[in-house]
Amino acid sequence: MSYDRAITVFSPDGHLLQVEYSMEAVRRGSTVVGVQGKDCVVLAVEKRAIAKLQDPRTIRKIASIDDRTVLAFAGLTADARVLINKVRVEAQSYRLTMEDAPSVDYLARYLARIQQRYTQQGGVRPFGIATLVAGVNDDDKGVKPYLYQTDPAGTHSRWKAQVIGGRNSKSLREFLEKQYQDLKEDDLTEEKCVRLAIQALSEVVDSGAKTMQVCVVRQGGLKEMLSESDIQAHVDLIQASMDEDKKTSSDE
Amino acid sequence: MMTDFVVSSPPCVTIGNDILDIGSRKARRQRGDPMEMLPSASAMIGAPGQFDLPAVANPAMYCRSHFASVCGTGDENQSVKFAKGTTTLAFKFQGGVIVSVDSRSTMGAYISSGTVKKVIEINPFLLGTMAGGAADCSFWERNLGMECRLYQLRNGRRISVAAASKLLANVMSSYRGYGLSMGTMIAGWDEKGPQLYYVDDDGTRLKGKMFSVGSGSTYAYGILDTHYREDMTIEEAIDLGKRAIYHAAHRDAASGGINNLYHMTKDGFVKVHSIDVNDMHYEFADERANAMAT
Repeated sequence: MSYDRAITVFSPDGHLLQVEYSMEAVRRGSTVVGVQGKDCVVLAVEKRAIAKLQDPRTIRKIASIDDRTVLAFAGLTADARVLINKVRVEAQSYRLTMEDAPSVDYLARYLARIQQRYTQQGGVRPFGIATLVAGVNDDDKGVKPYLYQTDPAGTHSRWKAQVIGGRNSKSLREFLEKQYQDLKEDDLTEEKCVRLAIQALSEVVDSGAKTMQVCVVRQGGLKEMLSESDIQAHVDLIQASMDEDKKTSSDE
Repeated sequence: MMTDFVVSSPPCVTIGNDILDIGSRKARRQRGDPMEMLPSASAMIGAPGQFDLPAVANPAMYCRSHFASVCGTGDENQSVKFAKGTTTLAFKFQGGVIVSVDSRSTMGAYISSGTVKKVIEINPFLLGTMAGGAADCSFWERNLGMECRLYQLRNGRRISVAAASKLLANVMSSYRGYGLSMGTMIAGWDEKGPQLYYVDDDGTRLKGKMFSVGSGSTYAYGILDTHYREDMTIEEAIDLGKRAIYHAAHRDAASGGINNLYHMTKDGFVKVHSIDVNDMHYEFADERANAMAT
């Protein structure tokens, strides 16, 4: 009997094959990079080429789920739409019952719970998406930025910087780890975070503002989608510093 | 066990696939036994429809016609009347929240107890008062305590007073018309400071600085409204809470016994005193005599 037929069946070596196949669907999705700074979080997504007659404004990969929280996903767009709707309803329900905004980790936990439920129920398949949930909680204890990742298995974990989607997510993660080694937490201003996110994304997509969408979440929950010109400015600066490095290394 | 099972229908009716199912709930459900069609009460305590309801055709109507004198439907000669025979009060001031209650429980003209605990310690930072049906108050406030603890375990921090009172009010709202009787105040200290909410059995939820609930509340309000100031010292506030209960107990037949007074601070609640109102009578009488003498 094949062990990948039904979701509720374990394979003999302990794998839930449907869950692993759904992670493969995530890998086919477009790349998303998330970077957590000292008082902000940056999400940068790859904008895949679309058909000429398609309206680009209707393709949004970064969705707002509450005043202070945004979500970017990698994988099946339709599944993402359903999941985003569920978590938006939950955020409002939390606001109604608790008379307070839900925290980023509450929303990430809720998303993970839903994703897990669909791996342990008959007749359904897992959601084919992984998400990066980003937000800034600010309370009397100070400004706290959060970046959470969820995956089709229903796990959620907090990250300082993470990549989901795309074939090269592993090598990109190594790139981010290397960059992070030299940085201290206090150094990570918004400027540096945006630069790092765009730099990481540029490793896998053609450099240029047309292939990226960048969103910054700041203290007080203010979100901003960077304009093309802003992104282009960062791209140019990255290019310039890379050329500098090439020049100095070739001079030696 | 076979000895417990009474055969009420001949074995030609399919019991189940397994001989071990004989006498079991699953078998009874399959036979269409009306008692087993209801979900088990332990499945979801606190959710409407999940309780064992009165075994009548229309439980809501039954409750409304027999118990619901306090549910806004007016007095219809119900068999069981809950009068909120008590005095409980709470007020916010600069030093926190004072919660002061009496301890008398009456069944008509009979004083059934003079030592009822009308303040329920939900958790070290949340207090609930009890007025109305004692069973309803104590059950639902203990249930609230469970929900608050679950929130704390799931979210790693204490629940806010606004959210706790909202949870209770939502439950009351979903049981509207079922004859519950509860008039409570939820007092606590959370990130927003001292908080006080009034929650009712018909789902009313009010945020405020001062509330008094019960048959003696009018007398208590008289004293509170006259002497309340936001900037009282803690001693003055305690004295006010004590005095208001004394005056209510003095004039209201359904209030009396012992005054239990609590003070909610930012480090949790403190039980300030438990004084018999009769002793207070003599204390205040001396005070009045001294004041008149000067």
